[in-house]
Amino acid sequence: MLDTLKLKYFQGKQYIPDIINAPMREQFRGIPIIKTGNIDEAICPTGALKSNPASIDLGKCTLCGACKSEAISFSNNYKLSATQRETLIITENLTPEDYEKMAIKARNEIRKVFSKSLKLRQVSAGGCNGCEMELNACSNCNFDMGRFGIDFVASPRHADGLVITGPITKNMAYALEDCYKSLPEPKIVILAGACAISGGVFQDSTELDRSFLEKYPIDLYIPGCPIHPLTFINGVLSFITKK
Amino acid sequence: MNWVITENNKKINTLEIPTISIDEIKSDFEKFNFRLVGFFGKEEFENIRLFVVLCDDKVGKLYITSSLFTREVKTYESFTQKFPQFHMFEREFFEQFGIKPLNHPWLKPVRKNLDDYEFFEMKGEEVHQVAVGPIHAGVIEPGHFRFMCHGEKVYDLEIMLGYQHKGVEELIIKNKYNNRLAESICGDSVIAYNMAYSQAMEALSETTITNKAQIIRRVALEMERIAIHIGDMGAIAGDIAYQMGASIFGVTRTLVINTMLEISGSRFGRGLINVGGVNFDINQNLSNKIVEMLDEVSKTVDRTTNVMLKSSTVISRLERTGVVNSDNAGAIGAVGMAARASGIDIDSRFDLNDKWYTELNVVKPFKATGDVHSRFKLRYKEIKQSIKIVKKLLKKLEDFNNEAILIQPNSNLAENAMAVSIVEGWRGEIVHIAITGMNGELIRYKIKDPSFNNWYMLALAVRNNGVSDFPLCNKSYNLSYCGNDL
Repeated sequence: MLDTLKLKYFQGKQYIPDIINAPMREQFRGIPIIKTGNIDEAICPTGALKSNPASIDLGKCTLCGACKSEAISFSNNYKLSATQRETLIITENLTPEDYEKMAIKARNEIRKVFSKSLKLRQVSAGGCNGCEMELNACSNCNFDMGRFGIDFVASPRHADGLVITGPITKNMAYALEDCYKSLPEPKIVILAGACAISGGVFQDSTELDRSFLEKYPIDLYIPGCPIHPLTFINGVLSFITKK
Repeated sequence: MNWVITENNKKINTLEIPTISIDEIKSDFEKFNFRLVGFFGKEEFENIRLFVVLCDDKVGKLYITSSLFTREVKTYESFTQKFPQFHMFEREFFEQFGIKPLNHPWLKPVRKNLDDYEFFEMKGEEVHQVAVGPIHAGVIEPGHFRFMCHGEKVYDLEIMLGYQHKGVEELIIKNKYNNRLAESICGDSVIAYNMAYSQAMEALSETTITNKAQIIRRVALEMERIAIHIGDMGAIAGDIAYQMGASIFGVTRTLVINTMLEISGSRFGRGLINVGGVNFDINQNLSNKIVEMLDEVSKTVDRTTNVMLKSSTVISRLERTGVVNSDNAGAIGAVGMAARASGIDIDSRFDLNDKWYTELNVVKPFKATGDVHSRFKLRYKEIKQSIKIVKKLLKKLEDFNNEAILIQPNSNLAENAMAVSIVEGWRGEIVHIAITGMNGELIRYKIKDPSFNNWYMLALAVRNNGVSDFPLCNKSYNLSYCGNDL
């Protein structure tokens, strides 16, 4: 018992008090900044980078940093989430601050229903376990997502929303749709990670079945490869609380 | 000679690989008593060539041979009847090429989703089935498990996977030097997978990377091992409702992966390794930071493990739960951390004569009993061991301060060549085998995750345990779904 108390004492306080303004290490590759200059499209492993006009599609980008050059740099801003697929395309001279402001569109009905409590069911549809580990980390003592009323639950029947990771394989397509149908209305769908949004590095695979995304509306896109817990928590938090 | 003898990360000419009969392979396998690391097919015009790769762990040599199935030959007598370690390999070969191993005891799909999949069934009063998945209760990957239970007791567990199948082996040969795909195959072994891929490509393109890059790769590999082992110890603590362990190990892992972020800009080390070296340097300042962090981690892990293992309620859940003895583990060809916890002394870092590891003179643990407790304890010891290794490697890094971290790899791969690259990830050996064709283009890429061998070990572990102990057994292995499904 004494040992246990001692152990607890040594740990001190581990949580991040202010998640919304949490500092991020400068090495983190977040929202890219594009300036005028030469851009080599071929260098991008997922086809996220386009020249003429210059843009980076965060839905495809794995934030690997291969395209770093005079024209392209990465800020350490982790607020990458957006409510519209088109918003994820970063264009020339767009600052991270501007992106952050416009990326998440407020919706009254969302705030009204989910702002105090949002229970999510996660489905890994071909994910590599990277996003899954980061989603698990969202609930650990550092990030402690539960304090905002956001939790992962076991049964889709208890959930308000579905979080999809992975490029959606043929073999998971049925189970994913089945899970979605089991969620009671009203429900939201969140795509987490480059794979879920665009197929990411697996986009050319013949073993995918992404028809789910054409059938059902998507409410929130959270880019990353894998998503950082701060990206996820801040994305979801501003989605459900933004006025 | 029936076999080509080679080493890890060495290029060999595929035209020199002999073609022998299945019976010869069988009798040689029995004679050698080596371990199977590769058993896969490749299309050759209308025929199928079967490659067999064996590993002699004692001296660190690889033995490679092949056998040809002409168009009309669609069957052969299975190896599995006699050597259970071929079990999954033969199933995979059958699924990919349609050549049937006769009298295989368990010829079911590996990755194909069948509607009429026949589960093993038990009949009798009070016998019932528990079916879980593919979607599980937590935030984890999909897989289907079916338990045959008598009351609470599990008689048999059948594991059906394949939900994660993304066709990686076909995808990876489409582009040259596809590091970003390689590191996404299995997101919890980013460094190990990317390292195996890069080494295979470097062997085929005859690129020699700098010592500095070699060391940085291994520092990252050990940090990955430390991080995941700590995370898994937390998960084991969580599964026995020892909340404090779960919390503390959880935040301790964060220290390690955040340091990884400082090295590479990603918490799991994505973007760090490229064919030709590494993209990020570890300077003196960062090196000191890593050592400082590891000291802190070491202290916390020591303290928490000691307190945790002093608790009798913890011990009663961990000890004698999910036992796989060394005979069974050896027979099914278990590898890696799980095999070591069952008393099988294999570790490709040292066995395959990787000079960066062998010259460190690190003592290998371990007296093992094959239960959850022993896997927990082994993870603890491996964390301590890896911390020592990282510190030694960082010291060695100072000798190569002036070297480059990344060199331009040769852009052409050798023609008609094959390279086997084995990396000991935290789960065990990750085997990547690359084969090129007449013009130096990649024509076949074979990946074997340690989970491919070890899933069956989990099925053995839960036999005769309560069904409620399954999550605990599962976490003690923490096997990969995507590494198995590819």
